[in-house]
Amino acid sequence: MKAVLFQLLQALLLVVLAPLAAGFVATCKARLQNRRGAGLLQPWRNLRKLFGKEVVLAAHASWIFRVAPYVVFTATVMAASVVPALLVSTPLSLTADVIALVALLALARFFLALAGMDIGTAFGGMGASREMTFSALAEPAMLMSVFVLSLGAHSTNLTTMISHTLDTPLVLQPSIAFALVAMLMIALAENGRIPVDNPTTHLELTMVHEAMILEYSGRHLALMEWAAMIKLLLFATLILDLFFPWGMATDAGLMAMLLALLCWLLKLAVLLLLLAVCETSLAKLRLFEVPEFLSTAFVLAFLGLLIHYMLEVSL
Amino acid sequence: MMLFVATLLSPLAGGLLLGWMNHSKLAARLNILTGVTTFVCSLLLALQVLADDHFDALGGWFHLDAYNVFLIVLTAFVGMTTTIFSAPYMQHELEHGRVDARRMRLYHSMFQLFQLGMLLGFTTNNIGVLWVSLELATLATVLLVSLYRTPASIAAAWKYFILCGMGIALALFGTVLIFFTSSSVLGHGNEALTWTLLLQHASELDPAVMTVAFCFLMVGYGTKVGLAPMHAWLPDAHGEGPTPVSAVLSGLLLNLALYALVRCKMLVDGATASELAGHMMMGFGMVSLLVAAFSLHQQRDIKRMFSFSSIEHMGLMTFAFGIGTQLASFAALLHMTVHSLVKSGIFFTVGHAAQAMGTQKMAQIRGLIRHHPGIGWGLLIGTAAIAGFPPFGVFTSEFLLFTAALHTHPWTCVVLLLGLLIAMAGLFRAVQPMVYGEVPEQAVPVQVNMLPVYIHFALALLLGLSIPVFLASWYDEAAALIISTSVEVTIL
Amino acid sequence: MTGSFTLQLVNGLAALMLLVSFALLAQHRILSVLHWFALQGVLLAATAGIVAWGTDNHELYISAIMTLLLKGALLPWLLWRAVMQLHVHREIEPLMNSTVTMLMALAVTLFSFHIVQPIEQMSALITRNSMAIATACMLLGMLMMITRKKAITQVVGFLAVENSLFFAAIGATNGMPLVVEIGVAFDVLIAALIFGLFFFQIRTTFDSLEVDAMQQSLREDDEA
Repeated sequence: MKAVLFQLLQALLLVVLAPLAAGFVATCKARLQNRRGAGLLQPWRNLRKLFGKEVVLAAHASWIFRVAPYVVFTATVMAASVVPALLVSTPLSLTADVIALVALLALARFFLALAGMDIGTAFGGMGASREMTFSALAEPAMLMSVFVLSLGAHSTNLTTMISHTLDTPLVLQPSIAFALVAMLMIALAENGRIPVDNPTTHLELTMVHEAMILEYSGRHLALMEWAAMIKLLLFATLILDLFFPWGMATDAGLMAMLLALLCWLLKLAVLLLLLAVCETSLAKLRLFEVPEFLSTAFVLAFLGLLIHYMLEVSL
Repeated sequence: MMLFVATLLSPLAGGLLLGWMNHSKLAARLNILTGVTTFVCSLLLALQVLADDHFDALGGWFHLDAYNVFLIVLTAFVGMTTTIFSAPYMQHELEHGRVDARRMRLYHSMFQLFQLGMLLGFTTNNIGVLWVSLELATLATVLLVSLYRTPASIAAAWKYFILCGMGIALALFGTVLIFFTSSSVLGHGNEALTWTLLLQHASELDPAVMTVAFCFLMVGYGTKVGLAPMHAWLPDAHGEGPTPVSAVLSGLLLNLALYALVRCKMLVDGATASELAGHMMMGFGMVSLLVAAFSLHQQRDIKRMFSFSSIEHMGLMTFAFGIGTQLASFAALLHMTVHSLVKSGIFFTVGHAAQAMGTQKMAQIRGLIRHHPGIGWGLLIGTAAIAGFPPFGVFTSEFLLFTAALHTHPWTCVVLLLGLLIAMAGLFRAVQPMVYGEVPEQAVPVQVNMLPVYIHFALALLLGLSIPVFLASWYDEAAALIISTSVEVTIL
Repeated sequence: MTGSFTLQLVNGLAALMLLVSFALLAQHRILSVLHWFALQGVLLAATAGIVAWGTDNHELYISAIMTLLLKGALLPWLLWRAVMQLHVHREIEPLMNSTVTMLMALAVTLFSFHIVQPIEQMSALITRNSMAIATACMLLGMLMMITRKKAITQVVGFLAVENSLFFAAIGATNGMPLVVEIGVAFDVLIAALIFGLFFFQIRTTFDSLEVDAMQQSLREDDEA
């Protein structure tokens, strides 16, 4: 019972904190660019405003267009509840593994792309086709990079993998470093961050994610935006889980949980700060360079896999 | 000891000295003198080695036995005759403006450095140093191939450089692998690459590693030997370089690569106690023979055609060494000797013929016998000799080779015979119209020195009629040395 | 403890070597190819230094310094100078097909891992695992020589092959005897000088550094 409670709390934490994390990145970016920024809570304010607004539907919108925001949001929240943030083993994370996580995200992406095409505007279709192209490259790379880690743990279950990392003594494992770099690159691409896509642009020719949700308004738009923020936090947490799990609580004691929360927030802050720095210093790639970027990630992850076999199996 | 040092020092000193010498006629004479000195030293050295059975110099860094000392003499001899041939030949090239004085200096100096690399490679007892000297000889010949600085010669040299660089890198990797396993047996020093010690401890080396190592060595040194399918560089390098260089490439450098391969095979045989290495060599040899025999027919350039004939004969030798019996090794050594003699003789003749006709295109070379009987008859006799006609040594060695093959792998004889016949047909089809017929208008009189050619052919004839007793026992000893490890294998 | 720490460091460097080999294969610009090549030389020297420290082998310190000077500094500098003098530093070399090349590279890596496996099982040396990486790097260098069209990048491929051989010698066997190493280094230096000479000859003769132009001239010469 207690475990279920923690599970719910943890999922709620991710969902509630997600806009805050997005606000944090935006603020950091603003400071780095010598602006004051809109403040940490701005994404929350935006969401509240959007929820209060009326939904405007296009004349040709079908039921898919109306259902999509809920499906996307639910799938993303489900995915978020699978990822352990504070506690290593929660009821859901024991049953679901990384492949299920990827599948949930793929479901969300599928509906997002469908919704983009549903109205029949040029931008929606363009965004959807781009999104699918990129994801076709990003997904195998992500799985490959996760496999590198799961080889050591002999499982794709997140809980098992985290405990394995926590249990083994600290050694220099080049394969993990390769997987980490690949994972960071994929996270940038999956969340539509700067070298791949610009979340703040509405410049027609370069949009990917924004192009798909261009026709949404009111609570639909709010759900879509919120889902995107949750996804960002989810990826950040996933990276922290897989590569830097130290500090996570292995039992559900209050002190351990508080400590884990502190550690998690700290690690998260560092990671998001890195993202902000990265977004400030990098220029956006031209669209046809994105596949190259993603295949680099794939090659890196694959190299990690090979290196694991070549160098580390006998360790 | 003194003799040994003198053998190695004379090309080194000659090479350094010739690098500074501007007077081309004097340089040519000095070149000849160096060649003669090297040859005399090597001959005396050989006599001494034969008397003492084997000979270790400079604290075991160098090792001479019946196998390599005969190759040293052969190298020094062909090197000497090439210097004699090249004196008028290069003078002609200089007068016709194909090279200038600076290039002549480069030519002489690099020729002697090439000789040094060859001799160092044959004498060293360290398979690492063997690799280094083969690379040295290769680098020297790269500069020689591009001597004319024509687009085609630069392209040929580049191709030669890149392909052989790749090949030789593989061979180095094979050497590293040998060191990898031997260092656990012989300790972590020079001993682990010393060939004589490796041979003694061959059975302690790891068979799996040695097998992988031999695959790399086979492809690596095989590229240098010119075995198909790694032979692409060879016709271009022979066709575009100066003729003396083609002669020593075919007659000597390929031998050194094959020598290195055989030395490594002896180690691998000892370690693996299987015939894998031999079978690989037989396979590569047979493929090379066939590929070269068919490619011969498509050539338009006379030097390219004869370079394919070199591939064919190197294939035969590789095949013979692959069989690995006493008789086959005897045949291979004899074949190595006569091929070096006859092929360099042919290239000398071809060089003069090309100068006389002003082209290397076979379609434009006609009436050589009428124009200059020496060249015409030389080419005809040389072709007969290399095609394996009876009175010449090539026939003897090929006959022995067939006998050996019949003993162990009878079916291969059909393939070999087919290859040889096709190659012979190709050679004669091309040479016939070149030596007979009317003299074309563009022909010019040339000053030729056919003496080295006649000496080479006479020696090949002598080896065909009757091998002198001391030479036969020498070959026997060398063959016994090569197969000694394989014999142990069969006994075990 | 030192042994396992050295091993970890060498393994890390081996992984980086493999990464650099891939990076070399994927670069479009000549100058960035040279940068990665110099990095490879520095990695090599670092490996030699670490192995020397771990095995307490003083000869290896010499070859570490030699490597740093020759492969980390001199050779890249010579190539850089040639590139600058030939004014090709801005040129972008179109790769044949980067995806296919990358897939081939991955296949080559797998293949080398496969052939080296029997070797790895027998060795008792601490650094045996690097053998697979060294083999892969060697084959990747060869792949670079095959897929590149420009003389300079082909040469970098050749030198990368040489580098990975050296890595095999250092990483897998704790270094060859010094005499052999000096000999090999000498040969490489001479080869690089000859290559440099060739760049200028090729440039003056063919007006470009494209290898295809050379092949064409050979064919024409044969057919003329």
